[in-house]
Amino acid sequence: MSIISVKNLKKSFGSNEVLKNINAEIKEREVVCVIGPSGSGKSTFLRCLNRLEEITGGHVMIDGKDITDPKININEVRQEVGMVFQQFNLFPHKTVLENITLAPIKVRSASKEEAREKAHELLKKVGLSEKAESYPGELSGGQKQRVAIARALAMNPKIMLFDEPTSALDPEMVGDVLEVMKQLAKEGMTMVVVTHEMGFAREVGDRVIFMDGGYIVEENEPNALFGNPQNERTKLFLSKVL
Amino acid sequence: MDVISAALPYLLEGLKVTLYIFVIAIILGFLIGLVVALLRLAPIKPLNWIAIAFIDAIRGTPFLVQLFFIYFGLNSLPFISLNSTTAGIVTVAINAGAYFAEIIRAGIQSIDKGQTEAARSLGLTGFQNMYYIVLPQAFRRMLPTITNQSIISLKDTSLLSVIGIADLTQQGEIQASATFEAFKIWLIVGIIYFIIIYLLTLLANVLERRFVLR
Repeated sequence: MSIISVKNLKKSFGSNEVLKNINAEIKEREVVCVIGPSGSGKSTFLRCLNRLEEITGGHVMIDGKDITDPKININEVRQEVGMVFQQFNLFPHKTVLENITLAPIKVRSASKEEAREKAHELLKKVGLSEKAESYPGELSGGQKQRVAIARALAMNPKIMLFDEPTSALDPEMVGDVLEVMKQLAKEGMTMVVVTHEMGFAREVGDRVIFMDGGYIVEENEPNALFGNPQNERTKLFLSKVL
Repeated sequence: MDVISAALPYLLEGLKVTLYIFVIAIILGFLIGLVVALLRLAPIKPLNWIAIAFIDAIRGTPFLVQLFFIYFGLNSLPFISLNSTTAGIVTVAINAGAYFAEIIRAGIQSIDKGQTEAARSLGLTGFQNMYYIVLPQAFRRMLPTITNQSIISLKDTSLLSVIGIADLTQQGEIQASATFEAFKIWLIVGIIYFIIIYLLTLLANVLERRFVLR
């Protein structure tokens, strides 16, 4: 059974149709990488999975719940779907520890002690134990992104969405973030990753989706897609980025 | 010198009234501003219109006219009876509220959308996002403009003397005509206002340092 099921998803901004007809099934514990040229709709597709974008048409089922149903409590669904952004979006007025514990305390009603303990555990996991009391402004980009991952994980999500998590990083910071993501994938997290890191997609992805012009043009397991692309547009794109 | 020392107790009585009205009105004004700003930004069009109409009406009319409308105009209606202090507080609060509303709206809009997206993606409600994430950050940015508007509102309270409120300015008038020492009395009244506003500015600076963004 799929944990994410997307049927005939359409999304328009005004008269500009960005997602034309997207169908996708993602199974539990699967790591799916979404690649494609800029403007292909891949970020919009990701942002529809937790309804950060209002969905124009079609259906998106998350863990059995149709989030296009206006009656659904979207906040409850979002608790199960962590998201990591290109620009990190840490809360600058809160310490690293407060960034991580805020949602568990306010949304999940965890006790402060409980939330802190979990936060320290997660910071250890992302290699930033010593930064708990720092403010985001005192961290490097790579450190910020690892805190952002820890913040999302603190809610114990069933699914993690990554929106170009390494695109805003200096090259030498990329490795640390990808390492954390690899670890997460190994532990069996269901992940959807919009990325330009073809190496990561190839090594960690169970499946790669290639998007262009608002459609899913081709999808396959990484070695097949990278090694033997079927569609002309996939071939053209890969010839430019590989 | 004896003129001043004789007048000073009366002037300080007036200062108490001025500060009493100012403190209550500015707190009310801030709450009005916050509510109107949220209405202005709400995703419901009629609420936006109400907020815009309120802001435009207040910004488009002189303070004194607003004061007369509330004190004389509303009081001429059969079912309303406001004493002068209440009318004064209400006028200053509503007037400041309209300006605060625009300050708060701009402050909220200056916060990066990514902050809201991150908060909502964690499952925070719209209200929790405002309360824990957006407003604390916006407030820091708004502080200098809020200070500015508060100073203007404090000075506006001097106009309340025309409806008979015994504030600092009113006491100044009484003392000036009783002593025939207009120069000294109005100079000292000016100095008292200046000191209060200077202290207000210092307080704002302390707050600004405390809420400094890392």
